Amino acid sequence: MQEIIETNKLSIEKSHAGRRGVRFEKPQFGPDKYVPAKYLRKSVDRLPEMTEQDTVRHFTNLSRQNYCLDSHFYPLGSCTMKYNPKAYDRFCALDGFVNAHPFTPEEAVQGTLEILYNLQELLKEITGLAAFTLQPAAGAHGELTGILTARAYFEAKKDKKRTEVIVPDTAHGTNPATSHMAGYQVINIHSGPDGRVDLNALQNALSEKTAVVMLTVPNTVGLFEKDIRQIAEMVHKAGALLYMDGANFNALIGLAKPADFGVDIMHLNLHKTFAAPHGGGGPGSGPVGAAAHVAPFLPKPLVGKLPNGTFTLRGKMKKSLGKMKAFYGNIAVCLRGYAYLRQFDGKTLKEIAENAVLNANYMRVLLKEAFPAFFDTVCMHECVLTIQKDKMNGVHTTDVAKRLLDYGFYAPTIYFPLIVPEAIMIEPTETENREALEAFAKALCAIFAEAQTQPQLVKEAPHHQPVCRIDEVGAAREPNLHW
Amino acid sequence: MFTPHTEEDKKIMLQKIGAANVRELLNQIPADLLYPQLHLPVALTEQALTRHMQMLAAKNKPLANFIGAGCEEHFIPAAVNALSGRGEFLTAYTPYQAEASQGTLQTIYEFQSCICALFDMDVCSASHYDGATAMAEAAAACLRVNNRCKILYSAGLHPHYKEVLKTYLKHTAGVQLEEVTLTNGTVDLAALEKQLTPDVSGFVVAGPNFLGQLEPLEDIAELVHKAGALLVSVAKPLALPLLHTPGQYGADFAVAEGQPLGNSMSFGGPGLGIFTCKKEFVRQVPGRIAGMAKDKNGKRSFVLTLQAREQHIRRERAASNICSNQALCALNAVIYMTLLGPEGLREVAELNLEKAHRLADLLKADGHKLKFDGYFFNEFVVELNAPAKQVIKKLAKKGIAAGYDLGEASKELKNCLLVCVTETKTEADLQDYVNALRGF
Amino acid sequence: MHNAENSKYAKTHEWAYLENGVVTVGISEYAQQEIGDIVFVDLPKTGTQVTAGQNCCVIESVKSASEIYAPVSGEIVEVNEAVNADPALVNRAAHGDGWLFKIKASKPEEYEALLDLKAYKETLDK
Repeated sequence: MQEIIETNKLSIEKSHAGRRGVRFEKPQFGPDKYVPAKYLRKSVDRLPEMTEQDTVRHFTNLSRQNYCLDSHFYPLGSCTMKYNPKAYDRFCALDGFVNAHPFTPEEAVQGTLEILYNLQELLKEITGLAAFTLQPAAGAHGELTGILTARAYFEAKKDKKRTEVIVPDTAHGTNPATSHMAGYQVINIHSGPDGRVDLNALQNALSEKTAVVMLTVPNTVGLFEKDIRQIAEMVHKAGALLYMDGANFNALIGLAKPADFGVDIMHLNLHKTFAAPHGGGGPGSGPVGAAAHVAPFLPKPLVGKLPNGTFTLRGKMKKSLGKMKAFYGNIAVCLRGYAYLRQFDGKTLKEIAENAVLNANYMRVLLKEAFPAFFDTVCMHECVLTIQKDKMNGVHTTDVAKRLLDYGFYAPTIYFPLIVPEAIMIEPTETENREALEAFAKALCAIFAEAQTQPQLVKEAPHHQPVCRIDEVGAAREPNLHW
Repeated sequence: MFTPHTEEDKKIMLQKIGAANVRELLNQIPADLLYPQLHLPVALTEQALTRHMQMLAAKNKPLANFIGAGCEEHFIPAAVNALSGRGEFLTAYTPYQAEASQGTLQTIYEFQSCICALFDMDVCSASHYDGATAMAEAAAACLRVNNRCKILYSAGLHPHYKEVLKTYLKHTAGVQLEEVTLTNGTVDLAALEKQLTPDVSGFVVAGPNFLGQLEPLEDIAELVHKAGALLVSVAKPLALPLLHTPGQYGADFAVAEGQPLGNSMSFGGPGLGIFTCKKEFVRQVPGRIAGMAKDKNGKRSFVLTLQAREQHIRRERAASNICSNQALCALNAVIYMTLLGPEGLREVAELNLEKAHRLADLLKADGHKLKFDGYFFNEFVVELNAPAKQVIKKLAKKGIAAGYDLGEASKELKNCLLVCVTETKTEADLQDYVNALRGF
Repeated sequence: MHNAENSKYAKTHEWAYLENGVVTVGISEYAQQEIGDIVFVDLPKTGTQVTAGQNCCVIESVKSASEIYAPVSGEIVEVNEAVNADPALVNRAAHGDGWLFKIKASKPEEYEALLDLKAYKETLDK
């Protein structure tokens, strides 16, 4: 077995007994003055002892091994990696917002409450829905909130037959996982030949047992459900609710209101459409909106406005499903979403989606020869491409993705959605300029050429990263999860 | 606002695509749905927006904060935000492409390691949404592990946590939830023993609990394990450098709200869900986990591992639907823990302990009564002569956020105030508090 | 001892070998290759009752989680603990030491209805 060759020391490996970082004042007495020995800890070990400078150096150097949106184009389908405005970092750091305790008397937090209330109102306006909760901490959390809201709705109607949720095979994995967590049976339906919902399959799956139909609009192959109105009608006729996964809302914002085409419940991702940073995996925020008949069941509290103009969390919400997490939501992320929306008005908001769609289609045609779109048609804000197997000499999507790193690009989403073999999903977003798109397409075309003349180069990529082709099998068989 | 295309750009792009205008690209959307009326306020430039946000921030009045109740004010050294605010961390994507994300992945590994050291547990995930959702997922994990159908929970849990537990579990088929009462502020051990019937899958308990009291967790663990059930403890990370650890007292799953580790209060969110467990339950852990591995050249690398537990692979058979977590908050936490080291963390814990007891003593000397006489860490309950609600209002006018009104949690405690003192308070702050509370 | 030739097969790529009323079950060489490097086998618990076609076991690779279906009905009487410690055993010896679990068959006619090697291979060619 080859030894692990050490490239990056862990902090614990740079640790020296006795070194100190940030210090605090010395307490007067020891803990045994206040608490008997049986409650006390024996010793603390395996925590690093470093100076402040060493700590700063350690994490600074780690940061330099990351790709990030500030430095690189991220063409990740379904992730909407658009520019994260620096101004909002400042706002989140303002003392008034940072130092607010969630249980502070309301008269002392009117600033935050006003922002949250206004964000609720703005989201209502752009989606057409009757109410919005800001409580869910992420998109998947929003999905769970939405499905549980539907459950509460049916329970209030004493409709106990509804035990199923219908999910198309193009759905993101969170959709069926959410439905299962909410206690529903998942009914998967296959998509039609054009990647959209197969109306026959849907009709066959719908019954009095259906609680919710979960759709991503536009769908995960970047196509808008042209029959969405008919779909909504079918769903409602069966007595079920239509849930929209709003992960792809960047294609619709300002262009269409989900309530107008029959959506009853939906979630949005503030860390996608609304430019909040991804932070290496979170925190996100997944506000959930509901039509009027479903709104009373949303989690509590919502922010309300009193006749005297002040804002409050004290609404009764008797029919609420309860709480999805402690407190009220990922507030700092909500601040960013609010700030973002305030930079657009009724005329300019649609430019986001228009330019997102323009960029995705430009990308699609630039790559036509090398990586054709799986569905040869105009796409919305993202395009799903695939590999021409007979021309690639055994080079797979994974290899292409790794080789892109050598060209200085982060790889697009791969192997999703499941209905497209060797899928490459690209969502440029509206903040990328023409040169960036052309450079990316050029790189992909170069890799296509390499696949034909030097396939090994691609199969063994990446060649210029700090590490290359990690042994994930070994990592899973013998997990090393802490030092 | 942030779109780059000039008219010339658009012309070139549309020509290549073969469309006359952008409108043509939107033909999939039924025409009558397109371009709805949007009643939005005037668009703000960055300058105007900055003034607007500053004005709103100023509407939040600064109060000397003595509220804990699940979210705490602690001193965050400058280096924490200076480091986590770097674009390379802040704007990085989820580290699925490991070769391009070694920085983020190593910080996750170090976070997991520091928490395992602090909690004395074998496995720690990359984070969950908050303490409440981590606790609910741990309870769900117990049910999967031993296939029993009842979850007991302590009445000493945070009221929001009780709600979340119900939300998450009440429609898992066949599951029952049952509360175990407190006596004199801590779990009624006799009641617990009685309630630990063979159908109990797990017991969820907080220690220190919501009333600030330390719980006899070793005794509780013994009772729970004797009944063949699992123990889920909700711990306080900043108390752990000092107090008995979940590993010490035998928790099977130990969860916590990690916000006190280097994260600001920000009106309660984002928080940091800490999820840890014993080795044998590793496959029950929801969400991402980073592992150390080798690359093809034998170099040390870090990678997201055990992904076959997660939603993108298991779909409806996944243990949890969680995708995004609280990565940046976990980064703040690991930087904080590294900056302070074991000595610094101990100092903070001891200061919390000492200052809380100092205030309690000053209040007692001034004629106040503590509701419970057990041991506490940095929170205690004062019983007042008037409803806590009113007292809080009066003290707010004097610039003090006096504490949490326990009347919100239970009618019998409506005169009770849950007070939290952290290392951020000086002797002068404590004196001001005593003076303000005099007579109530 | 069971091997690729003397076992019967389900369409879902499990092999089954009957001896003294007990059916040993594993996955075929084809399945093992398709799944790739196996990192974990989620074995059923002994004592569990299963019906033919019921999902009772999950095999994980790094990128997938494959369901394994009981080829016959009955009670799980033994599981192969060796694959817990060494999941790669299933890749190395899918038809031999990499067996997964044993079912005490309640309906022997179900075993007869399974495919023989030739018929199984034909399903692969399709």
